Amino acid sequence: MSNIQYPESNRPEGFTQQGLGWQPWLAPVAEADLTETQRAALIGQFRLKSPYFRLLVRNPEALEARTLTDQDIFYNVTSGLPRAEREIAASAASRVNGCVYCASVHTARATKESGREDDVQKLLDDGVTADLGQPWSAIAQASAALTETPNAFSAAHIEELREAGLDDADIVDVINGAAFFNWANRLMLSLGEPSQPR
Amino acid sequence: MTDIIDILTGIEPGSTLDEIRRTREQARDNAQRSFEVLFEPEDPGTFSLAERYAVAAYTVVLQASASPAARFYTELLEDEVSPELAAAVAELAKADRCEGPYGEYKEAGLAAESAPGPTVSYAQRPDFVSERLATALEHAHLLSLHPRDAEATHLRRLEDAGWNADDIVTLSQLISFLAFQIRVVDGLLALKEAA
Repeated sequence: MSNIQYPESNRPEGFTQQGLGWQPWLAPVAEADLTETQRAALIGQFRLKSPYFRLLVRNPEALEARTLTDQDIFYNVTSGLPRAEREIAASAASRVNGCVYCASVHTARATKESGREDDVQKLLDDGVTADLGQPWSAIAQASAALTETPNAFSAAHIEELREAGLDDADIVDVINGAAFFNWANRLMLSLGEPSQPR
Repeated sequence: MTDIIDILTGIEPGSTLDEIRRTREQARDNAQRSFEVLFEPEDPGTFSLAERYAVAAYTVVLQASASPAARFYTELLEDEVSPELAAAVAELAKADRCEGPYGEYKEAGLAAESAPGPTVSYAQRPDFVSERLATALEHAHLLSLHPRDAEATHLRRLEDAGWNADDIVTLSQLISFLAFQIRVVDGLLALKEAA
């Protein structure tokens, strides 16, 4: 029996900050069928309800390590780059890879953290070269360069980030944030598709 | 304790970048743990270590042939499996390198931004590469360079080539994790040089 699903397509028109759904192409584990190991690896109610995370939990160890990496890169605010700027790195990588779902979640978080909805929208509408003000433009362009193949992240990007006021610890947050979304985007884009809220 | 990112970047204990990485200890530890659960699993089950290392070497050479990670994963495949398979996989990756990310948008409003590009087929391939592995390498090319071209039918092809649902998730994680790891390495190396 095939585990591949073909949901009725209901994709959004384009990039948006509005909340989107996500429909899996591969069958998630049903909530009732989760083992104790899988429940523990989901880390929290929010992921328990998500078809995306209940799909990834088919490999619980890999999901758990992924989630713990994600949490520290984006939510450890004891030092380093402010939250909104980390979400800009995530959003820029998602914009370049074309992950409409990830871009929707992380641009909305950038707006929530900064109150700068119009600048965030520029990143979605006009792409990573839009004038977002500093340090956002430097962060978006560095994140985009790191997303490209072959890697285009260079001394010039580091110089621009430093001129925009980032120190090396902040720059490591940009590198980690953009790199992490090169992981997340590929899973989201290849295991299912975004959908408009019904 | 071994940390692959430190090894690949040459970050020394007590250096500035080591101290910065350790302010994100949970991320540092779990990037390493991700490597371990994907490449050194207690029980690899039906997704063999040979297949894992072959997909890894292909993925990294395809995206980052100049990175120390390319040599690392190629040597892992040579040492743990066979030099012949490593050579065959590197040959496929080198022949199909190109700039990314590209791909066609399926969202109607983004059609003007679509950038179509090559999809590889390894129906013709070296003897050392099985049909099941060839399908995984085709999937690695898709995810590495043009993930927005992905469709449900790509997963069906994996399934038809013998990949079960759990292994499709592990394969997807393995390829996608490497996209992260090689970018962290590239980013940290650039920062180290700009010190």
